[in-house]
Amino acid sequence: MSSLEDLVGKSPQLYEKRKGVYPKQVDGFYRRLKWVVMAITLTIYYVTPWIRWDRGPYAPDQAVLIDLANRRFYMFQIEIWPHEFYYVAGLLIMAGIGLFVVTSAVGRAWCGYSCPQTVWTDLFQHVDRFIDGDRNAQVRLAKAPWSTSKIAKRILKYSIYLFIAFWTGGAWIMYFADAPTLVVDFWRGDAAPVAYTTVAILTATTFIFGGFMREQVCIYMCPWPRIQTAMMDEKSLLVTYKDWRGEKRGSVKKAEKTPGEFGDCIDCNQCVAVCPTGIDIREGPQIGCITCALCIDACDSVMEQVNRPRGLIDYCTLDDAAIEKAGGTGATIRKTLLRPRTLIYFAIWGAIGLAMLFSLGQRTRLDISVQHDRNPVYVQLSDGAVRNNYMVKLRNMEARPRDVTVSVNGLDGAAIWTSEGSRSNARRAVNVITAPDSVSKLRLFVAAPGIGPAQQDFNIAVQPNEDGAKGDSETAVFERPETE
Amino acid sequence: MVKDTSSNDANSLGSRIDEPTGTHTVGHEWDGIEELDTPMPRWWVISYYLTIAWAVVYVILYPAWPLIDGATKGVLGWSSRGELEKEIQGELAKRAPIMSAIGSIAVEKLPFDERLMQASVEGGRAAFKVHCVQCHGSGASGSKGYPNLNDDDWLWGGDIGAIHYTLEHGIRQPDHEETRFSQMPAFGGILSAAETDALVLYVRKLAGKYQGDVPANAITLFANNCASCHGADGAGDRTFGAPNLTDAIWLYGSDEDSVRNTITNSRFGVMPRWNNRLDPVTIKMLAAYVYSLGGGEAMPTMIAPDVERANGADDVQP
Repeated sequence: MSSLEDLVGKSPQLYEKRKGVYPKQVDGFYRRLKWVVMAITLTIYYVTPWIRWDRGPYAPDQAVLIDLANRRFYMFQIEIWPHEFYYVAGLLIMAGIGLFVVTSAVGRAWCGYSCPQTVWTDLFQHVDRFIDGDRNAQVRLAKAPWSTSKIAKRILKYSIYLFIAFWTGGAWIMYFADAPTLVVDFWRGDAAPVAYTTVAILTATTFIFGGFMREQVCIYMCPWPRIQTAMMDEKSLLVTYKDWRGEKRGSVKKAEKTPGEFGDCIDCNQCVAVCPTGIDIREGPQIGCITCALCIDACDSVMEQVNRPRGLIDYCTLDDAAIEKAGGTGATIRKTLLRPRTLIYFAIWGAIGLAMLFSLGQRTRLDISVQHDRNPVYVQLSDGAVRNNYMVKLRNMEARPRDVTVSVNGLDGAAIWTSEGSRSNARRAVNVITAPDSVSKLRLFVAAPGIGPAQQDFNIAVQPNEDGAKGDSETAVFERPETE
Repeated sequence: MVKDTSSNDANSLGSRIDEPTGTHTVGHEWDGIEELDTPMPRWWVISYYLTIAWAVVYVILYPAWPLIDGATKGVLGWSSRGELEKEIQGELAKRAPIMSAIGSIAVEKLPFDERLMQASVEGGRAAFKVHCVQCHGSGASGSKGYPNLNDDDWLWGGDIGAIHYTLEHGIRQPDHEETRFSQMPAFGGILSAAETDALVLYVRKLAGKYQGDVPANAITLFANNCASCHGADGAGDRTFGAPNLTDAIWLYGSDEDSVRNTITNSRFGVMPRWNNRLDPVTIKMLAAYVYSLGGGEAMPTMIAPDVERANGADDVQP
């Protein structure tokens, strides 16, 4: 083991310089899994805004659209209004509990496979290899003095970084406006300033975080690795170097000379060479390990070459590690994954999802809300009647205009009119055409006989003028002067 | 492993390596408590210095140092008041077309232009809060002597044109030719106390405030002294701003004392004219706002006639 002085330096330091990480290309099961996850996540990210979804003439035809200007959130057939934001909160809670499920079952799989920081870092590291060559070539180039070819390579590499970063930022804004229109506007210079700012910021963060910060983000900036310390237990899967099998390390030659003295680890350092965060997994679980499992791939291929059993580095729980150390066999993978804690998390996660789906199916798409004017609370009319004014808001959440009737019930002798009518043609009900997918404000005047209780509850209802359509109603108060 | 190096470390502060964590200490010690030296990553330190540089630049560019009377101005000359002024100018420029449209439309036609009417009502609402609430109240519901603008009782007329005229020329403004003017005589020196009492009862009976009998001479008294302005039936006359005495709305109170006071001493309510204080557009917007409060007269109907039948409700006039 290297001395601590090599690791931490000789005396107190003001800062710690980032050590270059040049992960080596590797192939194997987990590498291929990472390819698949990367392909899926990047495809979702870049393609989603371009999916079309016909909602008729009154709503946008983009399948997933966060329409901040009009305060609507569209996701396929679901449309969320601002007052239904709890669905978004629900999704965030599901995302949170989803991370609990994953962490409980397979440890930091989110970090290792699907975190954007991991995915984009992986992408940028492939760019490094494409331009500079594999690990050794990269190390050599980093150490080499500046030359024309090095400068050319750096310019080319950073240009590709920038290109990817720009498209990453560019794709982001597509979620917030009609994508085809926005692309045209963007290049013409007609898009909103916030679009350019967003693209600039996300281009910069992608360029810096993916191109240069990389594992520094995971180790110093991200709270999730720290939270996971609390999330994981002795039954969570970790990428584990099985030191009871590997130690004491020694080359194949040494092992042949003195059989029995050395473990399976031939100290080839391949696990360190392929690590995208530059750690040595043989030092045990650590904050820098994002459990991407590339060291498993690397070690397995080496073990195959030297004819030793695979799995010297492998996914393993702390419990199983203790059992295997004592010579037993650990739990089956099924048992490890399907443990009560994971299942409970999953049940909670599923219950929230089902509850949200159920409530989505139940929600009305025509709402009424009534606000009584407080100043003045009532108006004495010349013929002895009393008028109260109300601000009625009709939320038509369907993407079509609707012909509705607003009526009052439970207030004897009441007559209503709107700002477009007058008392001379007041009725018990008024007809309103509500605009599609918007809130119609209605100033409602309600006149009723002046004799009656000082405060009287009654009902204002909205009913679509179609058969069987669901309406809504709200209780309001009618106020009169206190009788002398 | 490295052994404790504190004894022979060259560092004069006595820095050593903490064995459990493998980290240097900074060399300070407080009653046995030592601080580990966990160096920040270099990019963090650079970011830190950049924030300091940013602060220096900011202090030069923007107002920063508080002085006795104000603060340093900053090279850019930025101020929040200036920013507000800019925003106000921008907002005014945005409104200019609609304001000029309101200015050029005839006030009688305003209620038929939905867009201009809406803008006028909102503009009027704001202007009302500045110029009118002192007398008419923040909800325009008035108080004794100050008319409630929400109701359907109008002294001088409740269509938007009449409201506009009242706003422009005011009520009982002696310096102004076109002002709305009328003067009820103070009957204190004309009628006897008994005659006044008879009229009080009669007027209250007209409005249904009094159910008993009135003296026989009351009818004649009313016809001779009051009917010329208030009408034979007491329903008032808007030409003179003579109130309707038969309705439920009493500007100065409907109790006997108030009515007696009105007859004896008369009333002389005034309202300023606004054509010499406000611009024509603001006056129009105020008219639109008052008109929209619920008592505006001669409004077009938009109510579908078949709704009544569809709902089986009678035409109700409470």
